[in-house]
Amino acid sequence: MIAQLTKSERQSALVILLALAVVGLAMAAGGRHDPFGVHGAIVLLAAILGIFGVISGYYAPEPSPDRLDSYYDSPTKFGIIVAMVWAVIGMAVGDWVAWLLAYPEWTFDAAWASFGRLRPVHTSGVIFGFGGNALIATSFYVMQRTTRARLPDQLTPWFVLFGYNLFCIIAATGYLMGVTQSREYAEPEWYADIWLVIVWVTYFILYMRVLARRQEPHIYVANWYYLAFILVVAMLHIVNNLAMPISWGSAKSYSLFSGVQDAMTQWWYGHNAVAFFLTSGFLGMMYYYMPKRAGRPIYSYRMSIISFWGITFFYMWAGSHHLHYTALPQWVQSLGMTFSVMLLVPSWVSAGNALMTLNGAWHKVRDDATLRFMMVAAVFYGLTTFEGSFMAIRPVNSLSHYTDWTIGHVHAGALGWVAMITFGAIYASVPWLWKRESMYSAKLVEVHFWLALAGTVIYVFAMWNSGIIQGLMWRTYNESGTLAYSFVDSLVAMHPYYIARAVGGAFFLLGAIIGFYNILMTIRSAPSVETQNAADFPVTGPAAAPALQPGE
Amino acid sequence: MGHFERDPHTGHMTTGHEWNGITELNTPVPKVIWLFLACTVIFAIGYWILMPTWPIGRTYTKGLLGDDVRHDVAQSVKQAALDRSVWSARIEKESFADIQKDPRLMDAVRETGRALFGDNCAACHGRNAQGGKGFPNLTTSSWLWGGTPEAIFQTLTVGINSAHPDTRTSQMPAFGKDGMLPRADIDKVVAFVRSLSQPNAKDLDPTKVAAGKELFAANCASCHGENATGNTEMGAPNLTDAFWIYGGDAQSIETTLWNGRQGHMPTWENRLSELDRKILALYLVDLRKADK
Repeated sequence: MIAQLTKSERQSALVILLALAVVGLAMAAGGRHDPFGVHGAIVLLAAILGIFGVISGYYAPEPSPDRLDSYYDSPTKFGIIVAMVWAVIGMAVGDWVAWLLAYPEWTFDAAWASFGRLRPVHTSGVIFGFGGNALIATSFYVMQRTTRARLPDQLTPWFVLFGYNLFCIIAATGYLMGVTQSREYAEPEWYADIWLVIVWVTYFILYMRVLARRQEPHIYVANWYYLAFILVVAMLHIVNNLAMPISWGSAKSYSLFSGVQDAMTQWWYGHNAVAFFLTSGFLGMMYYYMPKRAGRPIYSYRMSIISFWGITFFYMWAGSHHLHYTALPQWVQSLGMTFSVMLLVPSWVSAGNALMTLNGAWHKVRDDATLRFMMVAAVFYGLTTFEGSFMAIRPVNSLSHYTDWTIGHVHAGALGWVAMITFGAIYASVPWLWKRESMYSAKLVEVHFWLALAGTVIYVFAMWNSGIIQGLMWRTYNESGTLAYSFVDSLVAMHPYYIARAVGGAFFLLGAIIGFYNILMTIRSAPSVETQNAADFPVTGPAAAPALQPGE
Repeated sequence: MGHFERDPHTGHMTTGHEWNGITELNTPVPKVIWLFLACTVIFAIGYWILMPTWPIGRTYTKGLLGDDVRHDVAQSVKQAALDRSVWSARIEKESFADIQKDPRLMDAVRETGRALFGDNCAACHGRNAQGGKGFPNLTTSSWLWGGTPEAIFQTLTVGINSAHPDTRTSQMPAFGKDGMLPRADIDKVVAFVRSLSQPNAKDLDPTKVAAGKELFAANCASCHGENATGNTEMGAPNLTDAFWIYGGDAQSIETTLWNGRQGHMPTWENRLSELDRKILALYLVDLRKADK
């Protein structure tokens, strides 16, 4: 890996790592009585490992200029493997906390093993660890191919990937030590947030540099979505994490906002994290891998435009539907609800455009589990966006809010849409990246597909049932006009569904483990010479004259 | 520029662009989508006209319906209280004995008491009120401070060893730890106490029991009574029945004697209304009857 960097890039890497080591040392010293110090030690250790890595390859010969005739895919390969590692960790912890809900005594009286600390390890592990790495890795792949430009240098993509994973590790270890801002999906504390800003802005600049060097006059839809993902997530992350640390040697900070403004900022972030991380990013993925795998043109460029701008515009307003019937003023709730309803149209146009793209390739969907992953993802995307708009309607929300229905909805999206499209994209790219004819075992892809689908369906049905039962039990009055059930009664009613959910999750986890094995075996198998695509190389020379068309 | 092609499958033209082998069709947006979009936009605009929605300076559009959730909630809470007052006003006013005589009032007590108990008491006393180690079983006839509705109501109100100024107070002294009785004497008292509720236990040494009886009269009878049936004035448990809060085996009794005990029941005066406490007291008495 170091041999792929130029001499000056190796020097820059050393400078960056030395600076990081100094920061880590300062953190470790300043926060020696606090979890902050442990994180300093982790940063220092990561920097030292990096320095050793760079030194070990420092005197390797300068990379050949021939490299500029091919795309730079090593970071993508690394990102995909790391994404799968996080998938297994995140889903395993997820299934464990699912069992904890059914059997809460399984915490062994250890603070780190409590539900409250493990649950964010699951959510951050799958969203940021698995989803984020998969998005970064595939975006590097897709941006190079759809612009026919190689990544501008060798160092920046590695900085983005390693920096991002350092953030994920600090986040996960922090949760176990009880470090949290208590903001859902934004739990990491101030120093981790500052680091992520640095990494993310670098990622954004990298993307813009590739776009500026593009050899294609037009910008493909996948890039619109990836760019929206990168840009808006930067904005969301910065605003929602505005906070004041209690000291330079402490992990603890306090939000700049208070009261209902704080709640609104958090759910503006929370909902748009769903929108721009879990929707836009993965739509970008779908827009490249699905037509590529199906061998079909995108059904309608015009529908792409409507859905892209519709999603981008409407989502921004919808966050307040997370705070129906709370201290949030009613007018903000009404706005959130109406925009959530309108949001259904561009969402369904996206899902429809994806499924119509498969017209003429349905026989491939039948035979090819990789393409079927993507097809089922589009179906779940449509299902989940309908459910989301429905649940945003205030009277519906009065039943669904605070119940497992919400958890079921999130997982229909996370398992059915996000994870399925990612597995589809990964199964498509692994043979392309490692120049193999196909995956090691098509049968195992098939097994993974059915495990994932069965797991998702079991999970979602269990949560629909338990959520609606829960919601009804909480609002049922007896003839005397008092509540018919105690809260404990509703917990007892949930128990069988909690077990079913944990079983569904175990199916999904097992599928991911099989998938990881299949990927590793594909990498280990012998490369085939003939699969090199004749057109799979960048065009060198000055950037093409940009030509814009409606929508770009 | 561009290379336009007709897609043989759909019959639509491509847009003329190609990225890494991917092309796009220039398919027009189906009419049904425009219709769908129009419907949702019309719904949204209609909602904006009728309901409070848009901020304007320091206030917001109130909407033609003049809806106000805060007002709605206040109204429905008021209405619900009014609906309940048919029976709740009577429970508030009437004496425990009168309420217990009225089967319709007792139906309301049972319905309401179950959820009240589940939400407030079950965490310690268990969902079926049968307690657990350290937490009294409330379905038996054995009550530390008396099992009448009045006594239970008082216990709920002031608590036991709680922060309430009028709290019920009771303590089992640590006879061993505080050096009031040597280990050998404690063994004897344990044997005697066990003989009260388990007279047929085979491992009891009659000489120890006899010696324990004397020690009991000197050290324990002041609270538990000469015949060890307890005293509800002081919250001293009856030691002759089969109900034990901390366990009735030799080891548990020994631990109790050695370390002492001081149970805690919170005061509910500021957390539950008088009506709710009255319902709970009646509910527990009724639960005991239903069990028998």
